[in-house]
Amino acid sequence: MSTTRQEGAIAAEPRNWLGFVRDRAAYFTVPVLALLAFLPIGSLPTWGTLTLAGLAMGLMIFIMASGLTLVFGLMDVLNFGHGAMISFGAFVGVSTLVALGPLYLSSGIEMNLLALLIAALAAMLAAGVLGLVFERLIVRPVYGHHLKQILITMGGLIVVEQLIIVLWGPNEIPIPRPQNLKGAFIVGGVVLEKYRLLAVALGLVLFVVLRLVLTRTRIGLLVRAGVENREMVESLGYRISILFIGVFAVASALGGLGGIMWGLYDEVITAHLGMSVMVLVFITIIIGGLGSIEGCFIAALLIGLTNNYVAYLAPKLSLGSAIILMVVVLMWRPQGLLQPSGSR
Amino acid sequence: MGETGETLLSLSGVHTHIGQYHILHGVDLEVPRGQLTMLLGRNGAGKTTTMRTIMGLWQARQGAVRFAGEDIARLATPDIARRGIAYVPENMGIFGTLTVEENMVLAARRSGLNAERLDWIYSLFPAMRKFWRWPAGQLSGGQKQMLAISRAIIEPAELLLVDEPTKGLAPTIIDALAEAIMALKQTGVTILMVEQNFALARRVGDTVAVMDDGKIIHTGTMAELGADTALQGRLLGLDIGGGTA
Repeated sequence: MSTTRQEGAIAAEPRNWLGFVRDRAAYFTVPVLALLAFLPIGSLPTWGTLTLAGLAMGLMIFIMASGLTLVFGLMDVLNFGHGAMISFGAFVGVSTLVALGPLYLSSGIEMNLLALLIAALAAMLAAGVLGLVFERLIVRPVYGHHLKQILITMGGLIVVEQLIIVLWGPNEIPIPRPQNLKGAFIVGGVVLEKYRLLAVALGLVLFVVLRLVLTRTRIGLLVRAGVENREMVESLGYRISILFIGVFAVASALGGLGGIMWGLYDEVITAHLGMSVMVLVFITIIIGGLGSIEGCFIAALLIGLTNNYVAYLAPKLSLGSAIILMVVVLMWRPQGLLQPSGSR
Repeated sequence: MGETGETLLSLSGVHTHIGQYHILHGVDLEVPRGQLTMLLGRNGAGKTTTMRTIMGLWQARQGAVRFAGEDIARLATPDIARRGIAYVPENMGIFGTLTVEENMVLAARRSGLNAERLDWIYSLFPAMRKFWRWPAGQLSGGQKQMLAISRAIIEPAELLLVDEPTKGLAPTIIDALAEAIMALKQTGVTILMVEQNFALARRVGDTVAVMDDGKIIHTGTMAELGADTALQGRLLGLDIGGGTA
């Protein structure tokens, strides 16, 4: 066949530069928001402190939301029960910390971090296993039925919350952070709270790991392809239902990790922790674009930052800041900041 | 591998429903091994539904789909694909956020990318080499179609299902695709292809089945249908014996 003829038949360069620039606009929203907030705040130390607090909050939300957005993207499953994994993870994590009391409360920071690591792994394992049970018993029978998914996963969340109350009692449980993770470094007047720094570091590491898995591994490629076109992935011979179970378990484990981190941030946990955080988690997923990990990351940072800036500038508005942000973003991009289909 | 001419795929009495709609009303179809069978018919005749039913994307409520002697009508799509059926859907099914390379890596499920096979694909579709690292979503329509076909042939398949590959493409691209399909035929792969472009169908097809209203209303050789303008008019509503590619 004639190679040159076919080359000649190829249309003009396919790259659409306008679309290319528009694509990248979402990535600038976080720095733009931070810079805009600096104008009314005025003071660099205050702005820096608020920004770190916002990033820490945002990254914890990202940890909880990242898996959930893939669960939706891959199988169109609306899992309102994700809050159950968050609460359950937090309680298992705290119980582990209690069991590791001497290690957790010792004066050596290495020991504290080791205790935290063990607690985080326990939280992830417990939430991951609960996620597997949840997927098998609650989600699988309602594939393809959104309304039923919402109702039954909400029901599942309530059942798990009540089970937590049965197992751990109805009262909130205080979890003081070890001495080494209390307090802050002060650099140029900016208060860098130690635990927030830890949350930021962990959140960033997790984002990088997730991105590497999604872009560099075959399983990651399959997840991305499946989010875009499930039928085609199956037509290539891959059993996407097995992939989905894995993603669901990982999402649940990340929910559990987010739960224990959030609990340590607030220094108290209740059975309703998951339900209360879920509002922010869902807003994150919607703003980010359902199924997009990068969109979820940007959205979580936007929510964390907005929440902290607004709480400082206009405290009365802080409760509604995430909703206001969602309205603004969706007016700009009704499908969310980034779409996994790449049509933006 | 069996002998050329024996039936590789057969559908008998296949009924498919989509929701409350009864689309296929007892489809009987035989696809001979080693040949290119064209599935023709007006819009809404049930051609795409037939392809999707073969792939298990829509389950037949009644009837049998036999592939290499085995009834695959109740199998899940991945299991059907693993038996050696590759599929190029009507919408091409390209993963737009993945690069061309990543699309191909996923398609090479069993053995990974094979350099020799890849060179052969590059010779069929030079654009694949040129845009290897590009996000597939940024390719033009014709290039996407080439990628969709490349993906289906990166590993040897026994049967290739191709649903309207020329839809919405410029005549020059259609020409390039036709040449590639002719080259594919030389490898001996069995192809079942849905096509609206009669001139292309006449050029590449060996046997033909015409559908209307969810049933097969005619089967025969492509040469026979290509030569009989009256039959074309009756079966396909063509006024002139050909049309343009």
